[in-house]
Amino acid sequence: MTVMTYRQALNETLRAELARDPSVILIGEEIGVFEGSYKITAGLLAEFGPERVRDTPIAEEGFVGAAVGAAMLGMRPVVELMTLNFSLIAIDQIVNHAAKIYAMFGGQCPVPMVIRTPGGGGQQLAATHSQNLEVWYAHVPGLKVVAPSTPADAKALMTAAIRDDDPVFVLENLSLYNTKGEVPDGEHVAEIGKAAVVKQGTDLTVVAYSRATVIALDVARQLEDQGISVEVVDLRSLRPLDRETVCASVRKTSRAVVLEDDWLTYGIGAELAATIQEGAFDYLDAPVRRVAAAEVPLPYAKPLERVALPDAAALTKVIHEVLDATRFSR
Amino acid sequence: MSDVLMPRLSDTMEEGVLSLWLKHEGDAVRKGDALAEIETDKATMELEAYEDGVLEQVLVAEGTTVAIGGRLAVIGDGSGGSGSDGTGSAATPTVDPAQTEATPAPTSAETASTTAPSSPPTDVASARSATGQTSAPAAAPAASAGPVRTSPLARRIAKEHGLDLNQVTGTGPGGRIVRADVEAAVAAGGPGAPGAAQRAGTPASTTAPSTTVAAPVAKPQQDDEVVPLNAVRRITAERLTQSAAAPQFYLTALVEADRLLALRSEVNAGLAARAGEDAPVKVSVTDLLVRVCALVLRQHPEVNASWGGDAILRHRHVNVGVAVAMDDGLIVPVVHDADTLPLADIATRTRDLAERGRTGRLKPDEFSGGTFTISNLGMYGIDHFTAVVNPPEAAILAVGAGTQEAVVRDGQVVVRTIIKMTLTSDHRVLDGATAAAFLRDLKAALESPLSVLL
Repeated sequence: MTVMTYRQALNETLRAELARDPSVILIGEEIGVFEGSYKITAGLLAEFGPERVRDTPIAEEGFVGAAVGAAMLGMRPVVELMTLNFSLIAIDQIVNHAAKIYAMFGGQCPVPMVIRTPGGGGQQLAATHSQNLEVWYAHVPGLKVVAPSTPADAKALMTAAIRDDDPVFVLENLSLYNTKGEVPDGEHVAEIGKAAVVKQGTDLTVVAYSRATVIALDVARQLEDQGISVEVVDLRSLRPLDRETVCASVRKTSRAVVLEDDWLTYGIGAELAATIQEGAFDYLDAPVRRVAAAEVPLPYAKPLERVALPDAAALTKVIHEVLDATRFSR
Repeated sequence: MSDVLMPRLSDTMEEGVLSLWLKHEGDAVRKGDALAEIETDKATMELEAYEDGVLEQVLVAEGTTVAIGGRLAVIGDGSGGSGSDGTGSAATPTVDPAQTEATPAPTSAETASTTAPSSPPTDVASARSATGQTSAPAAAPAASAGPVRTSPLARRIAKEHGLDLNQVTGTGPGGRIVRADVEAAVAAGGPGAPGAAQRAGTPASTTAPSTTVAAPVAKPQQDDEVVPLNAVRRITAERLTQSAAAPQFYLTALVEADRLLALRSEVNAGLAARAGEDAPVKVSVTDLLVRVCALVLRQHPEVNASWGGDAILRHRHVNVGVAVAMDDGLIVPVVHDADTLPLADIATRTRDLAERGRTGRLKPDEFSGGTFTISNLGMYGIDHFTAVVNPPEAAILAVGAGTQEAVVRDGQVVVRTIIKMTLTSDHRVLDGATAAAFLRDLKAALESPLSVLL
């Protein structure tokens, strides 16, 4: 085990995969000479050269399309989109090409590519640069979407994504890049599509992913001191979605709250609420509750941005409301 | 537009009964106005408005039990728009499905007509689409006197136990039957009880109320009058059932009360002579007992204690509770720091507390925090009785009537006024000798009441 930041874990994973497999290449804006807007690709151009680490023009549709073509011809491109918001420029390549080619050409040609990009708000980057559009991609069959919440998972899920033969969207998060955690040395590969119970509990299940998992764990630990045992399920993968782990947890606790950084309407929470009522209906003692961001273009002003995003206080309040609604007593 | 919710009015409160609406639909209300009276486990308190506006909707009928957080009413600007748009101080929207339930389901056909169904908002988004407060989806139509409302889990557990949900009172939002209700019903003698709630596959019954003992429960016969439990009756039953689980023992002492009664007469004569000053009161035997007990308790910190589960808690303050009979229950108002109060203050305070206790108007801190309890049935002519410890306190003193008896003193038969007092102790906290030492000192102090001046 080595303690490192989420950023370092990503950087070392990319380095290890570049070294392990000559078909792995990196492509994106400012990832080479500038070493990436968030320094995820620091040192990699110097180490592997411009054939393997390619700077591109500011033309997302063009370089995502190039990566799709490269993948079809046997490479394993890892595309960096500077932020998730810029994926909108390339959405036709992602949704109509990367996601569909394998099925539409009768399974003759897999598209083993990775699109890695940070999402999320809270950095005062204003409305167009602070979105959580992962649900758009999680909606599309043919894509996989993973969302690590810890440095260890950043390594495990990124490694799995690069080695997967389908296009995989790796959702990073701006506010997680500097978080630290223990990362296993050597081979550490996740199975895509498996959620993790990151804290055991008996009274209520909080389901979250990415930054929200960190908040959920924080709240769960605080409530532990009050005699409330909260179980936290980290989804890790939005597609495929590990419905069984979520439902198994709720069957145990009988109460569920979903925390998501995204807007509420049509969000991950909606999908999970449906999943839980399908898989754990007879075990629910209260309706599933959702805690999500305010349905506004995220404000730039710091105080407004802060209240628009869900936080520990909002989650704690809803947890107490669910407990009260079921006459929970310690 | 905002919802008025059942507040948490005390630490032990889980639900409250909306006993009386003081404002009615259409009334203008100002922040701080009393909207309604809420009866909690031991007191009746006023529910205040938190904002100015118009009481647009009253969602629960008087007499309805509502869990903490349950919706009671809607205050708006008078335009009478949607019943719940979730507007709150927090900008983060959270969807409370309970808020979509425009009115609670009446539990019987009788109440159906008194609960006016509100028209549910069908498209709140159109009104507030830009604000992120569209969190309350179109409300389900208000339930009429239809099927029982229950959580799926409660329904499943009831089925496992063959329990008829029509017989279960729901205490969740809008009267929803939740797991805790079913488990309580099962434990109270439903089919399959006792112990059945523990069966494999059923989530651990950690939320089962503490009254879930397997004591026999009577089934009503044809000519029985069925008296529904009010909150006080229910909490009394719960507390005393808890108390019965504690090992208790009883010590009785005969107290010669002549000097105490003489002192009382003297004190009252003095108080009467001060007529004209603000509200002179008469000192009762109970007041004297409170005062003397408090002083003796201060010398016996091991008795001024509580059972703390994994520790014994010795209290710095001496707070003496006095059991008071209500029309339909029992309440124990507490004289806080009774060891520091002059007798006249104790008298004034006990009278005030008892009066308000009888009518259920005590505030929570006036009937909680006791460290010792006195129960006096002397005025009923009861010679001797034992009381049940008021948990988590360590002991309670049962006081009988003063009766003239022939006793032998110095070889002579003389007449003395004897009061029989019985101390009931929680053996987990107190041992026989410890309790006996306290009772000995209490007896000595009561027999030489001027010693309390020392």
